[in-house]
Amino acid sequence: MSVIARNITKTFGAYTALADVSLEVPTGKLVALLGPSGSGKTTLLRIIAGLEFADPGSGRIDFHGQDVTDTPAGRRGVGFVFQHYALFRHMTVAQNIAFGLTVRPRKERPPQAKIDARVKELLKLIQLEDLGGRYPSQLSGGQRQRVALARALAVDPKVLLLDEPFGALDARVRKDLRRWLRHFQREIGVTTIFVTHDQEEALELADEVVVMNNAKIEQVGTPQEVYDQPASPFVIEFLGNVNRFAALGHPLPGAGGDALYVRPHDVDIQRDYKGEHGIRVRIEHVFSAGNYGRLALVRTDNHETIDAEISRARLAELGLRAGEEAWVVFRHIRLFPAEGKFTERDVVADDAAPAVADPGRGI
Amino acid sequence: MSRSSRSVIPGFGLTLGYTLFYLGVIVLIPLGGLFYKTAGMGWDDFTRAAFDPQVVHSYKVSFGAAFAAALLNAVFGLLVAWVLVRYTFPGKRVIDALVDLPFALPTAVAGIALAALYAPNGWIGSWAQPLYADFVASLERLVPAVPWQAFLGNRLAFDLPGIFIALTFIGLPFVVRTVQPVLEEIEPELEEAAATLGATRLQTLRRIIFPAVLPALITGFALSFARAVGEYGSVVFIAGNMPFRSEISPVLIVAKLEAFDYAGATAIATVMLVASFVLLLVINLLQRWTRRHDAA
Repeated sequence: MSVIARNITKTFGAYTALADVSLEVPTGKLVALLGPSGSGKTTLLRIIAGLEFADPGSGRIDFHGQDVTDTPAGRRGVGFVFQHYALFRHMTVAQNIAFGLTVRPRKERPPQAKIDARVKELLKLIQLEDLGGRYPSQLSGGQRQRVALARALAVDPKVLLLDEPFGALDARVRKDLRRWLRHFQREIGVTTIFVTHDQEEALELADEVVVMNNAKIEQVGTPQEVYDQPASPFVIEFLGNVNRFAALGHPLPGAGGDALYVRPHDVDIQRDYKGEHGIRVRIEHVFSAGNYGRLALVRTDNHETIDAEISRARLAELGLRAGEEAWVVFRHIRLFPAEGKFTERDVVADDAAPAVADPGRGI
Repeated sequence: MSRSSRSVIPGFGLTLGYTLFYLGVIVLIPLGGLFYKTAGMGWDDFTRAAFDPQVVHSYKVSFGAAFAAALLNAVFGLLVAWVLVRYTFPGKRVIDALVDLPFALPTAVAGIALAALYAPNGWIGSWAQPLYADFVASLERLVPAVPWQAFLGNRLAFDLPGIFIALTFIGLPFVVRTVQPVLEEIEPELEEAAATLGATRLQTLRRIIFPAVLPALITGFALSFARAVGEYGSVVFIAGNMPFRSEISPVLIVAKLEAFDYAGATAIATVMLVASFVLLLVINLLQRWTRRHDAA
């Protein structure tokens, strides 16, 4: 079931939550709405769910070609999962899951045996087979969120919507649940949209990432696309760590734009460097964990800070310590000139002769 | 520290000691005195005083009217709390403050005001009295098997309905003030979750919201009921205090005291106390049962 939102505007008094936003979600995809708080991502999700309605006269929501703009939430066939689970405390897990089926009008309601079977099936899916008789207060956060998911799935929704589904969980549970959601979404193939402010979550989980900022969509693309080809300074800054420089005065040739970005893993550090693109830095702090060594560097000329991420092997090879000085060379940079069009360059950091490769390449 | 468990509040011994002392002086010693006084009169005297037909009838009136009033308060208190929590309208804060008025008003004032209003020549009584009398009369005609007049009286003021009106008045804030905070705390997400699952507004109300406020509603009912059982000041002015008809137990107690029959008064008081305690205990258990799912 595809979801199409067209020209959605939503204002709360003087505050604009969504400004003429359009979005298309193809059938069966897992899509992330990613953005900082206040970017309008949750409002968009709630409008798709029918829990909120776009400003009168603005926009249209289609589910699989069918206009549902004015259809109330209960008849849209959506499953909605809330950040704080919103489980019914006075009902058991099984009663929670069955709720959507038991509130159906008598004629459409499945017989009790069928409801029980469906609940059992869902309990198995969320790996809580033996906990059907428990109350939500007796479950852990991760278990509660899985129950909330099962409750949403019980009514066979055409679209599954999740609002910061892992936001209230601790890091480990979040990771497990993420993997589990990915797996199970693939399996049942329901069109799924989830809201998150965690870029890692969005990149890891989604088929497609919708980056939102300031009531607008900044970019839509696969995780690879939005990470490697960011459409705006906002996207590059929001997705992962990045060094931002005022490009003027930078030793790189052709760097005449307003802002220049370098990812920490595109920063190379060398002890001796003879070329013309190097930057002299002092090492402030070295930290290594996992596969990477992270370094906090300070330029000796203008005291701008630079974050670098190099492999541990390379770090060991260089033998760098805090307080020492070294050279920094950028492998890959992105420029966003004032007009907003951006260029991208690969800088080959050969020890002998660094060169600007394919300076005309841009998007 | 030698103690294995330490609480945040310092001085467990001191606070517990004070609590026990306080409860002792304020509650237990007077109640103990009551039982002591009653115990001194012997079983035969006690039963004669406490289960005299007139007294027994007054128990029925007291507990029956209190129960009915608390029930009505539970319904309308819930409604008032709902309106105060869910809607914004001009004058909402004034109405919110008005709810507490029965707490603050001297009950005698309330009783006199209500009696004046519902009296046959009062503002409400002048038109509602004939309607009520007709209503009871037609019930008697339609279902002659039930002694309707004994249950409902046939006058608003100075009869059974007056007791019910006064007890409803004084009990309302208990329900509103216990239900209101619980209603406020119900997350909108619960209703939204129900809505996305296809529940109608009515189903959401019945299956989600009502169970969530039920424990608080029972508490409010219990408080309202307990208050109504012991109420004297407002009832005495509007009840008419007719023996075997509209006489409540506290009125009888006062009558006995005025006749210097202290033992008789304490006998009635003891029965009321025990009955109230048992009823409140039952209500408490019921409430615990409705909260069973909160136990982690």
